[in-house]
Amino acid sequence: MTSLLSIERLSIFYGGIQVLHDVSIHLEQGEIVSVLGANGAGKSTLLQAVSGLVPIGSGSVFFRGEKLNSIPPYEIVRKGISLSPEGRRVFPTLTVEENLNLGAYTRKRMKDEVREAKDRVFSLFPILSERRRQLSGTLSGGEQQMLAIGRALMSSPKVLLLDEPSLGLAPILVKQIFDIISEINSQGTSILLVEQNAHKALNIASRGYVLENGHLAASGPTASLRSDKKIQEAYLGGAALKKRPFPAKTGQS
Amino acid sequence: MHVILEQIINGLTIGSFYALIALGYSMVYGVLKLINFAHGDFFTLGSYLGYTVLVFGAAFMTAHFGLWGALIAALVFAGVSLAIVGLIVERVAYRPVYPAGRLPAVVSALGASIFLQNTIMVGWGPRFQAYPATLIPNVHIQLGSIHLTLLQIMILLLSFALMGTLYYIVQKTTFGAAIRATAHDRKTASLMGININKVILFVFTLGPALGAVTGIMVGMYYRQISFTMGWNYGLKAFTASVLGGIGNIPGAMLGGLILGVLEMLGAAYISAAWKDVFVFIILILVLIFRPTGILGEKTAEKV
Repeated sequence: MTSLLSIERLSIFYGGIQVLHDVSIHLEQGEIVSVLGANGAGKSTLLQAVSGLVPIGSGSVFFRGEKLNSIPPYEIVRKGISLSPEGRRVFPTLTVEENLNLGAYTRKRMKDEVREAKDRVFSLFPILSERRRQLSGTLSGGEQQMLAIGRALMSSPKVLLLDEPSLGLAPILVKQIFDIISEINSQGTSILLVEQNAHKALNIASRGYVLENGHLAASGPTASLRSDKKIQEAYLGGAALKKRPFPAKTGQS
Repeated sequence: MHVILEQIINGLTIGSFYALIALGYSMVYGVLKLINFAHGDFFTLGSYLGYTVLVFGAAFMTAHFGLWGALIAALVFAGVSLAIVGLIVERVAYRPVYPAGRLPAVVSALGASIFLQNTIMVGWGPRFQAYPATLIPNVHIQLGSIHLTLLQIMILLLSFALMGTLYYIVQKTTFGAAIRATAHDRKTASLMGININKVILFVFTLGPALGAVTGIMVGMYYRQISFTMGWNYGLKAFTASVLGGIGNIPGAMLGGLILGVLEMLGAAYISAAWKDVFVFIILILVLIFRPTGILGEKTAEKV
């Protein structure tokens, strides 16, 4: 059976420097899969390569069996893969609603579907509905993150790529964002989640991968990753964890 | 009192010339971060093409389409031709040097400007060309104490109609939002499914087309054109786009109108000989005190 999204032996180069080495990851229908790793491990590069933003050095990306290498970003969105980029990247001088409309740019002629998608986003993030006429540059960090995720959902993707959705958010917002990610998934969108917040990421995912300096260091079901000593040391708070029963729901890594 | 009102209307007339040319600078800058120095010459070339249609095609066209038909044909012909020229210049002079960074593109733009200017000189000759004087009936209109010509009213109507249409497209439609999004962040815009090449195509056809239409209006207003006029108009329009906030489309319109009015008021009340000086003093003051321009955005980002 072909995977929904399958990344096979992917290598990426920036100039002469190799940032991903032979990375293979797959995502099945209905799953949440987390990719963990430190800063600079190549997590964002991985998602950008899937979205067509960075050229693929070697290896391939397949979506429902179709090869995506060298397809431009705007075509990849059309096929059903949507990225909510690191650092939110909302368009600050556009209103919340304009940002959402751009998320549905590939279907801008299908007015009913755009309205449905917008209603869905507003029911997930009611605050965005209240602020729909506000310039998105005036939103708080958490609201901008909600907008970035909502905007990525506007194209009704089959695969949602989330790059560090909890970055820079207060703990209470982090919890809220992760609850909503689970809800989006339960509504039928498969999610590839890149996170530094390893606890949270493993809590909502069924499987996980660990990237280290561009190499795949570990992979497997979340339970086995959590019990892996090395991964505990490196990503789950190490020694502190031994004194405390797992999972440490309130812990921030 | 009527002097100031008349000067304001004169200022709005030439200000709308600046505004329409400034739009071309600002749209291209917004999307590509490139100052298209050839844009002033697009304007000149459009003016000459319109001139040729009006002078040499006039007998044929006025016979078949009437006077207004000839005028519309000139505007459409020049607009469409310059849209094509704009695309060719983008493809030949700019696209190959984008990967090399911003400075080579500016040099390439200056080269394209010199090339176009000299092409015009070779094609039409180095002397001034006189626009036909009798195209628009020389009707004078008295509004209270203000004196206007029919030509002036037509120029204002056409300019504001064009600006209004562009404003609507850019501020109110989803494609317009796509243009603004592309200007702000190309990479993220492409993630929305926006084909950046289509946006580039749009700004490089519409900008030169607006320039060409302006060229014809300038020819009809001043009755004479020269192959070097793109430099002066280009520089003032560039000033207008900086004044309004370069990359910002409503800003370019506002900047052009303000600049035109200030220039005319300065000419009337201080000295006509110094009117160009006012323009560039304004440019210097804006660059010192508000480099982002009137409507330009501050680029603060939340992290």
